[in-house]
Amino acid sequence: MITMVTLIDLVLFTLLGITAIAMLRIRDLFAVVMLSGIYSLVSAVIFTDLDAVDVAFTEASVGAGISTILMLGTLALTSTKEKTPRRQSWGALLIVLVTGAALMYGTVDMPAFGDAASPINSPVTDRYITASGEETGVPNIVTSVLASYRGYDTMGETTVIFTAAIAVLILLGSARTTDAPVTPRPATTRSLELRPILRAGAKLLIGPILLFAFYVQFHGDFGPGGGFQAGVIFAAGVILYALIFDMDRARALFRPAVTRPLIALGVLIYAGTGIATLFFGGNFLGYSAFNPHHPAHGQELGIFLVELGVGITVSNVMMTLFFTFCGRRRP
Amino acid sequence: MLPDLPLHLPPLHLAVPLMAAPVGVLWRRPVLAWGWAAVVSAVTLLMAVTTLVTVLGHGPVSYAVGNWPAPWGIELKLDILSALMLVLINGIGLLTVLYGRASVQSEIQASHQYLYYICYLLALAGLSGMVITGDAFNLFVCLEISSLSSYALIAMGKGRKALTAAYNYLVLGTIGATFYIIGVGMLYMVTGTLNMADIALHMQAAPVNRTEVVAIAFLLVGIGLKLALFPLHKWLPNAYAHAPTAVTTFLASTATKVSLYILIRVFFTVLNGAPLLASHLWAEMLVPFAIAGMFSASLVAIFQTNIKKMLAYSSVAQIGYMALGLGFGTVNGLAAGIIHMINHAMIKGALFMAVGCAVLRIGTSASGAVRVESWQGLGRRMPLTMFAFVLAGLSLIGVPLTTGFVSKWYLMMAAFEKGWWLVAVLIVLSSLLAVVYIWRVVEAAYLRPALPGSDTSRCEAPLSMLLPLYLLVAANIWFGIDTRFTVDLAQAAASALFQPVTGLNGGAQ
Repeated sequence: MITMVTLIDLVLFTLLGITAIAMLRIRDLFAVVMLSGIYSLVSAVIFTDLDAVDVAFTEASVGAGISTILMLGTLALTSTKEKTPRRQSWGALLIVLVTGAALMYGTVDMPAFGDAASPINSPVTDRYITASGEETGVPNIVTSVLASYRGYDTMGETTVIFTAAIAVLILLGSARTTDAPVTPRPATTRSLELRPILRAGAKLLIGPILLFAFYVQFHGDFGPGGGFQAGVIFAAGVILYALIFDMDRARALFRPAVTRPLIALGVLIYAGTGIATLFFGGNFLGYSAFNPHHPAHGQELGIFLVELGVGITVSNVMMTLFFTFCGRRRP
Repeated sequence: MLPDLPLHLPPLHLAVPLMAAPVGVLWRRPVLAWGWAAVVSAVTLLMAVTTLVTVLGHGPVSYAVGNWPAPWGIELKLDILSALMLVLINGIGLLTVLYGRASVQSEIQASHQYLYYICYLLALAGLSGMVITGDAFNLFVCLEISSLSSYALIAMGKGRKALTAAYNYLVLGTIGATFYIIGVGMLYMVTGTLNMADIALHMQAAPVNRTEVVAIAFLLVGIGLKLALFPLHKWLPNAYAHAPTAVTTFLASTATKVSLYILIRVFFTVLNGAPLLASHLWAEMLVPFAIAGMFSASLVAIFQTNIKKMLAYSSVAQIGYMALGLGFGTVNGLAAGIIHMINHAMIKGALFMAVGCAVLRIGTSASGAVRVESWQGLGRRMPLTMFAFVLAGLSLIGVPLTTGFVSKWYLMMAAFEKGWWLVAVLIVLSSLLAVVYIWRVVEAAYLRPALPGSDTSRCEAPLSMLLPLYLLVAANIWFGIDTRFTVDLAQAAASALFQPVTGLNGGAQ
């Protein structure tokens, strides 16, 4: 029997497939970037349907939001037309087909979707589900796994974001970039100033977006969200302002002298929390040691600190990426 | 209260360079950035040696990050192989930083040098993180850190070709990492855990399963890409040839070695319990690729005019020897693979360092200095550098009294033990190819007159570069004569890897 959920899933997956194929076929890169945003948004909906709200939240803000803007920034520097390949590479197609076939073959023995007896519903997840609230004092299981049980991974992921910023600075942040006011904008950007509805709408939105970022940051313990999403949302707010109102003012407020130390600070707050727990007699990132009488309170403090570190690094990295892309003149 | 540092060393192997990198944003003056990287590398090397001593004295160390016991939290697990890798990574790291100062000054613009050292520290953190972890997903996270920083380091090379090389590596490396994570994801689906030992235990109990088969295939291809195992090596020659020389030296001696470590770790620890792999027959699948790599890459190396690219192809061939060691599927074969992994790090490190010395003195243009013709007459202009190149070259070929000979000796012994006489002959034959390409450089440097019109005055590299170079050359000879350190440790590590995983010894805390 086909339930409503199955039907929704079918529709969403069909949309996903169509979007993917369209991205492959279209040579206009502007359209491809837009479609990739749509692809992320549809994925986010699927994640929501799977009850993975935190993942959906991240996919929507990172995949559909910031990545789209960064890719558009890249197109502004390069070209919006894809070169048509000179020859068909049948070898590549063969490899892709073999890989796809292997993946399908692998699904045959996978436990059925939603099977309660599948290995994933093991003692590991059991403890996360039943005991994490008590052990970490944080009702959102995802946050407790991300920031505490597997907090060491998240420290690594924050470092990956930091590394990405350093890599972009190496590639684009050379003498070719200007920190000076951006020279006369091309007509397309300036024409935005003539669009009162866009400007009025943005004016209404930007304040709440920035506020929402703080809500997501500090409410991540209870609801979906946390440092990653908050950082991206905050950056998106600033970028929206920069795009619609005043690039130079946004850049002056979040200039490299401010953002670069903050990028570093976030990572240091995270890893520093780990070092601090050593001084309290715990293991690395063992937050319970902060409060020996109330381990859960110690956990809450630790999770708060590392999420703050993530938020600071992520938001500043995203702004740095955007401003570095925009500061670069078209070659 | 002061923490008991020796007890908490495991996470610090990652945390110290990881925290040193963001601090590095503060010192933008090249000399300060260099000093910071050098001090941090010295500290991490000291930590690595301490850990090796601890592991040798008291057996494997397990550490529960966040005080969460093993399958719930992330376990760090240090056995002999991990500790050995730590010493190798951090030792080569310190040497390349000391060596790299003059080289980096000449190859990278001053305003970017601090970013170079930050990236180096990140790569160091990622590589160290991979060898200390006992968690299959955590390994992926560390792989991302080290990969991303390596791409950026390679892109810092002079000329636009460095960008293309870095981009190709980025695409192929990302595919490799993605395949790895697909494999881990499928294993998680079958076992419900990410802890390496825990996965192994679950696999022992479960019957052979198609998801597991596909997972193993994806893991092998993914790691093979990062390892540049023939025929998945296409990214390596250009990446090594166009990166700054200090970067090439560091990556050639550490990054592919860590990939080999991952291959060993995944197939001997994580898949320890897989009934499918119990016979070690899977290993023999590596043999044809290993041998094809040994020959084809060596042959291509012979025809290279770019010395860096020649050595890069030679690396692909040497990876073949390491994979061959694994392919024997025996304790002695694995030990031989590990021995060659350590020895090759010293050999290639020394060779690329010598190239860097020559580039510093000959060249202004990025590719001109590494052409074989430009090296004509170099034997008289840079006698110390060229002498080091010859010694390291002899070691690469496998002349007795060098580490290269030790590697080949144990590989041959492993081949004889299996009764694979033909393979033993092929090892010798492929080594002869190394004679040809090393000889081409030696001939140009010593026997050919300098190009007309070129400078012929003496111009030896600075002492800051020669000392690390000669330290590595000395190591090549020292460990070629006194094999106790490398061989004994490698054999102990290999026999430990062949022990079945019997329980989770993590989480006892």
